[in-house]
Amino acid sequence: MADAADFTNNAELTQYIGVMINNEQYGIDISYVDNIVRMQRITRVPKAQPFFPGVINLRGEIIPVMSLRRRFGLEDDVFTTKTRILILKPELQASIGFIVDEVKEVLSLSDADIDHVAGPDDRNTYVTGVGKHAKGLISIMNVPAVITEKEAT
Amino acid sequence: MDVSQYLEVFIEEAKEHLQALNEHLLILEKEPENENTINEIFRAAHSLKGMAGTMGYKRMQRLTHDMENVFQEIRSGKMKVRPELTDCLFEGLDALQEYVDNIINTQDEGTNDNQPLIDALARELDIGLNGGETEKAPEKNAEPEKKAEPVQEVKEDNTGVKVKYADYEKTAISEASSEGLFAYEVYVDLQESCLLKAARAYLVFKAVEEFGEIIKSVPDAQMIEDEKFDFSFAVVVLSNADPENIRKRVLNVSEVKEATVKKAEFETAAPAQSNDKAEEPAAGKDKAEASTESTPAKPAPAAAAKQGQQTAKKAVVNRSVRVDIEKLDDLMNLVSELIIAKNGLASISGDDFAKKEKKTIYNEQIEYLERITSNIHQSVMKVRMVPIESVVNRFPRMIRDLSKKLDKPMELVMTGEETELDRTVIDEIGDPLMHILRNSADHGLESAEKRKALGKPETGLITLNAFQEGNSVIIECSDDGGGIDTEKVKKKAIEKGTITEEQAETMTEKDFIDLLFRPSFSTAEQVSDVSGRGVGLDVVKSKIESLSGTVECKTVLGQGTTFTIRLPLTLAIIQSLMVTIGGEKYAIPLGSIDTIEDIPKEEIKRVEKKEVINLRGNVIPLIRMAELLDVPGERPERDNVTMVVVAKGDRKAGLVVDELIGQLEIVIKSIGKYINNSKMISGATVLGDGEVALILDANALV
Repeated sequence: MADAADFTNNAELTQYIGVMINNEQYGIDISYVDNIVRMQRITRVPKAQPFFPGVINLRGEIIPVMSLRRRFGLEDDVFTTKTRILILKPELQASIGFIVDEVKEVLSLSDADIDHVAGPDDRNTYVTGVGKHAKGLISIMNVPAVITEKEAT
Repeated sequence: MDVSQYLEVFIEEAKEHLQALNEHLLILEKEPENENTINEIFRAAHSLKGMAGTMGYKRMQRLTHDMENVFQEIRSGKMKVRPELTDCLFEGLDALQEYVDNIINTQDEGTNDNQPLIDALARELDIGLNGGETEKAPEKNAEPEKKAEPVQEVKEDNTGVKVKYADYEKTAISEASSEGLFAYEVYVDLQESCLLKAARAYLVFKAVEEFGEIIKSVPDAQMIEDEKFDFSFAVVVLSNADPENIRKRVLNVSEVKEATVKKAEFETAAPAQSNDKAEEPAAGKDKAEASTESTPAKPAPAAAAKQGQQTAKKAVVNRSVRVDIEKLDDLMNLVSELIIAKNGLASISGDDFAKKEKKTIYNEQIEYLERITSNIHQSVMKVRMVPIESVVNRFPRMIRDLSKKLDKPMELVMTGEETELDRTVIDEIGDPLMHILRNSADHGLESAEKRKALGKPETGLITLNAFQEGNSVIIECSDDGGGIDTEKVKKKAIEKGTITEEQAETMTEKDFIDLLFRPSFSTAEQVSDVSGRGVGLDVVKSKIESLSGTVECKTVLGQGTTFTIRLPLTLAIIQSLMVTIGGEKYAIPLGSIDTIEDIPKEEIKRVEKKEVINLRGNVIPLIRMAELLDVPGERPERDNVTMVVVAKGDRKAGLVVDELIGQLEIVIKSIGKYINNSKMISGATVLGDGEVALILDANALV
């Protein structure tokens, strides 16, 4: 990161990608993110979880994509020119795509800026905390909880 | 001649020939009269000999030559295949394999002459041809090694050869005489009808050796081996025996016409260099010895070379893959397309197009380029795929040897050798499979007597079955032996302290079997050199896990054990039939397709609320794929339905699809770990246009 030098004073800063889902801003820890791609044709996978519209082909790799709107129980996606797929790599050998309405910006937040509502290992909530930044509030997404299936579903 | 550039070809081909020899020899062992097989063997041996000779691997050439002689005689029907002979030949193949391995590692064949083997071959040849009249030929082996020293030959009227001595030899002889040994020149004439002069000469050498040390021969040993002499030759032996005895012994060898023995005569040489010279004959004697003990003077360079090899023991040969020329042609085509695409892109940068036009052309070209690159990627992957055959084809031989060694009759049945796996996996999977097979042979199968008592067929059966199932390649290795006695495992584990008694109480059968995969755990009561040292299954397990596969073991006491190795198939390529179902494309593996039918809808009957169809006497259920896969959209009722009949064993089902697209070779990819993978979908593949098509697992549907 080119501007990393600006933050040398505060080592606690974590960078988040700010994405819009249903007019709400969510922050996804940048360390998970591998790539951001435009919306593309999704191949439906029968009998998959309802929040997985299907899989895409990213340079020969088949990646399952999840609709965060569906995951959060919101209205179904309406694909626009701003719709993006965030490719996350939670593990070395496994990728997953998140469909988001829009990718806004990269934010740097220190731990102090975030009000934690759940521990990072808590799998019961999709949001670990709320961060404050210059333009308002941002919900910090609990990526492991979002991608792992809850027992109930 | 610098042959290093041919080394890879040589190794590759040598391996192939050896494999062919192994395979055919196995057949020959079972069907000694099979003419095709013996012809194949002969061809392979002959090519191997020629190759080894060209490459300058003399020892290898010699051994192959001797083996070829045997094959020649079998081929011409002069001798029969006997079990001892096949054993001997198999040993020969092992020795050849050793040479090849040496060559792979050091570029040199090594210094093992395998003399005992060559003797044994000569003996077999003799027994086969002459009913064993010279069977009593001495066991001990010694034959003068080829010497670099100049030896002059002068024609002499009656024997055809005359022995001349180099200085050092004279010294050696005079030294020997001080110990009471005399140098005798033995002149031998073979009968003109003699077919295998080298073999005869060899027997003469053996006979003479009984009396002392052979210090030289005319022509030299190598030439005699290669049959590069007429019917006469001479050997010089240091001995204190009666010359007449030597002569008699030599005449005892069949097909020897005449033999004369006389004392060597020459002017005594200056004793100046005697130190060096005395060693010389020693160097020239028994080759096995020569290779183990390093002699000073002349053989020094050889010894030095040998040491050099040991220090520089890194593999000199790259690993290679043999590739189907078609696959390479594909790749070549793609590369040509790549060049065209590049040219296309380059041409846009010219001024011939309006700006707007430029952009469309540019985008087109980029798409084209994308398509090509992904195709190249696939092609390269395909090139890397190797049929599993290349690993498993050495197992029949191994089982044969084990069968002899363990004295248990057993048979190996292999299926699915054509299943393809990535080269890296192929390279790694050999050892684990071998471990498991050895286990089956040693621990699994009972002895013949026990099997008989149990009412099982005496010959134990080991099966190795490879096939592709969905996303993985499965290799099943089973035996019909005694199975694993979990009680025994339990006792042993407690005894060894691997588990406590309390732990044992709560453990299931499966847990006990899993214990076998722990390091240093063996239940074999006796440690044999086949298996039982407890370094086996844990190695198997860790190896397979390192390939991100799994290994499972199922056992039924008294009925046998099955090991199932499941390897992921991220790179697997299969032939498939592409179909559309409600606008979506799916691939059905060709292997599971029985037939494709177009049937009028009137023929669809209902049995217990299920649609069935009577297809040539078989009632098979109909599966409406569009409904099963929840394909959205309306489905118009048609007059005819297209049905792909898939089969799993005896069971069949008709999959109703909308349209057939055609046959396509596809690369199977996983659809990722986060998405729920229904059993119906075994994976996905990327089509030529970048679209993803899912692969239906017919096994789950039937």
